[in-house]
Amino acid sequence: MQISFSLNDEPVTVDVDPSTLLSDLIREQLSLTGTHVGCDTSQCGACVVHVNGDSVKSCTMLAVSADGGEVRTVEGLSKSDADLHPMQIAFRENHGLQCGFCTPGMLMSAIDLVKNNPDPNEAEIREWLEGNICRCTGYQNIVKSIIAGAAAMRAAS
Amino acid sequence: MNAVVGIGSSPKRKEDARFVRGKGTYVADIKRPGMLAGVFLRSEHAHAKLNSIDVSKALAQPGVKAVYTGEDMKADNVGGLPVGWGITDKHGDPMKEPPHPPIAHDKVRYVGDAVAFVVADTIEQAQAAAEMIEVDYEVLPAVVGLVDALRPNAPQLYDDVPNNLCADWELGNSSAVDAAFENAAHVASIELVNNRLIGNPLEPLAAIGEFEFASGRYTLWTTSQFPHVVRLLMGEMVLGIPQHKLRVVAPDVGGGFGVKQFHYAEEAVVTWAAGKLGRPVKWVAQRSEGFVSDAHGRDHVTEAELALDEDGKFLAMRVKTLANMGAYLSTFGPNIPTNLYAPLLSGVYQIPSIYCEVKCVFTNTVPVDAYRGAGRPEATFVVERLVDMAAREMGIDKIDIRKRNMIPKEAYPYQTPVIVEYDSGDPLGCLERSEELADVAGFEVRRAESASRGKYRGLGISTYIEACGLAPSRLAGQLGARGGLYESATVRVHPSGAVTVLIGTHNHGQGHETTFAQIVSDRLGVPFEDIDIVFGDTDRVQFGMGTYGSRSLVVGGAALSQASDKVILKGRKIAAHQLEASLEDIVFEDGTFSVAGTDRKKSFQEIAGAAYVPFDFPLETLEPGLEEQSYYDPVNFTYPGGAHFAEVEIDPDTGIVTLERYTAVDDVGTIINPMIVEGQLHGGIVQGIGQALFEHGVYDPTSGQLLSGSFMDYCMPRADNFPQLVIEPHSTTCTHTPMGVKGCGECGTIGSPAAIISAVVDALKPLGIAHVDMPASPNHIWNIIRNARTPVAAE
Repeated sequence: MQISFSLNDEPVTVDVDPSTLLSDLIREQLSLTGTHVGCDTSQCGACVVHVNGDSVKSCTMLAVSADGGEVRTVEGLSKSDADLHPMQIAFRENHGLQCGFCTPGMLMSAIDLVKNNPDPNEAEIREWLEGNICRCTGYQNIVKSIIAGAAAMRAAS
Repeated sequence: MNAVVGIGSSPKRKEDARFVRGKGTYVADIKRPGMLAGVFLRSEHAHAKLNSIDVSKALAQPGVKAVYTGEDMKADNVGGLPVGWGITDKHGDPMKEPPHPPIAHDKVRYVGDAVAFVVADTIEQAQAAAEMIEVDYEVLPAVVGLVDALRPNAPQLYDDVPNNLCADWELGNSSAVDAAFENAAHVASIELVNNRLIGNPLEPLAAIGEFEFASGRYTLWTTSQFPHVVRLLMGEMVLGIPQHKLRVVAPDVGGGFGVKQFHYAEEAVVTWAAGKLGRPVKWVAQRSEGFVSDAHGRDHVTEAELALDEDGKFLAMRVKTLANMGAYLSTFGPNIPTNLYAPLLSGVYQIPSIYCEVKCVFTNTVPVDAYRGAGRPEATFVVERLVDMAAREMGIDKIDIRKRNMIPKEAYPYQTPVIVEYDSGDPLGCLERSEELADVAGFEVRRAESASRGKYRGLGISTYIEACGLAPSRLAGQLGARGGLYESATVRVHPSGAVTVLIGTHNHGQGHETTFAQIVSDRLGVPFEDIDIVFGDTDRVQFGMGTYGSRSLVVGGAALSQASDKVILKGRKIAAHQLEASLEDIVFEDGTFSVAGTDRKKSFQEIAGAAYVPFDFPLETLEPGLEEQSYYDPVNFTYPGGAHFAEVEIDPDTGIVTLERYTAVDDVGTIINPMIVEGQLHGGIVQGIGQALFEHGVYDPTSGQLLSGSFMDYCMPRADNFPQLVIEPHSTTCTHTPMGVKGCGECGTIGSPAAIISAVVDALKPLGIAHVDMPASPNHIWNIIRNARTPVAAE
């Protein structure tokens, strides 16, 4: 069936099978491969995107449910290749990533956390990240990155 | 940042520029023209005869291009998956090495063994068709446990491997050890299990095979830590593709931890299928599939004894280990619990004699191979648990007994009784600093405070040493390695003076693009931004053994350092010509060639230009161009080490173990990028804690089904399981690597499990508990507390 939605601020109209997952639509049909798939049980969070401003595991949502909505992926966090979102800068500055596979999901989750809780403490960050697995960093520098990213987002707003 | 960035600074990582934008290129992201999708049908039985496979219905499904079975591959003379490292048993016989077909024929031997491969236009079509394949299995009894597999009358995996025994291996002098035990004042002993782990790099495995008819060239895109080795093993031994006709590319890879350092069946199958079909074929593992097709790690059962004199000095150690190989030998399977295990049993201690016997055993489980630390965490766990046990039984403080037996700094180089010679280290310095940072002195106050809330608090310790930087080729060859273990680097200086490095290691999170650029920037005085690091493509990089065993900086970095030295030497020759001086008078410093004691000089960039526009150039004696290559074969392993303290609190009502504090002081040699090294230690420590508290690959003992087959059942460490870790380096310089570096990637995983269990046991001291097997999960601990005879109330 045909659906229309906004993807990273651009209008998109596509034909999708009703059983297509949002992650597959984004990656396979729309070729935005920054959204990753690391599991098949909705545990790892590598696939997190924003739908209507909220973080969502795109492997657990049917693409048709995005019809009429606004979807943002990691590629849409900054206006151009030269720009970076404050959270992207914070992850780079604080060595909040190693292999980079969980990073898009971590970024999208972190930004949603800060949207709802502009000044999260360490315990709140750690609890929020329950749905995002990282195998490389031990989470230490991810927590540091999110604290720094939240501060930068507050300063920017 | 357009500046020289040297050794010891922490520039932000080059690779992050793409990763934070979601612009990495992982294998699953790649689409090739005309690409087909492949799906494996995998055995649902742990052990069964394959009477017949009927693929006719599957072939008739829409979009299906082919269905391949093991018989098809066998008929096409496809070889079995090779083992990269053989071992010899204690009687001098080679290990049993049964064939490992990429797709099973005759028999399946574990749940997940590939039975057929379906190729279709789309993944959905391939999945649907796979369900139409009719397999006539004759189910056989299965065995998954080590002790069970060695029992008389146990199910036999192979007709020609009696008792499921791959090899009965030994190291050390058993008669010297026996004599020391006879004269010991005290003997401490322990039986322990090193739990099976499933590595789970966050990116699942994936592979794309391609074939170009006109040139006869194959390409394999794969999630690998060592593309050149895959080219060698798959090309020469499995598919019979000449090396120059096979390109293997491992682009961005989402974590490895050892899981991606093997040649997998799936790589061979997609490449072979692409050749048959003349179109690219892609396979991407689902996570639940990876649980039963990625090689697993650890899985030992061990009995160990330590002989001590009346002062608590170690006299001898005796270790007997059963090591699970799984159903087939994976690439390095038999090497891990033998050569990478027993030589580390001396730990950081002076132990006059050591004897270790390892039985490598086949079971109906996924093949077991290297996982971060690979043999060395298992050795450390044995040594440190045994030392804790001895301290407890002899009434000696567990920190004190370690200090009494440590190798003093002055005693390096130190020859252990188990092959290896440690070049450098300061275990006591690490321990004393760690003790201070962990506030061991204040622990009893914290314990009392926990007790006042009805909680058990425990302090645990682990020291460790590891051998890494694989490996001196000649020694490895004597120990059974079937290939060299050097590394290669090319430094290509462009006419502008910018540099491209081609290196045979593989970057999948370790930050090589940054660290290696720092080395070149430091050596050649070239701005950091003017240096790019290329890896992971056999068509671009000359050769290489890849990344595993904490070898990239130690071996690859050394090759890079040597190649840089060659560039400097050639640059000096060019400068000597241009500056009309003798070679001996040309010095190179801070990116400038100058005549010593004069102001006559040429910049690195000027010399690079002259090398490619050779008008004022010594063409009679020197070739134009400025590109140098080096192969470095290490003279020894490097021996990082350290001392870790863990502090836990246990809730007796729930069995939940909360990690309250973690302190690590590690000796990793010269540090090139402190930020990256700290990140490696963080990740390693948390993976080790994962083993100690959460992770467990569990098989049903009767059916052989993997019970922990998804992230719902296999407990991965999460952000809220950890406090901030306290980490500090305490480095001694490696005496034999060009920059004094040691490895650092596996330190945390090696040091932390024993520290955690030491803390858990210490917390349960009021209940008289002497040892707890991993993982110390809530259920496990709750049962231990419930079963303890003493009252459950805290002290």
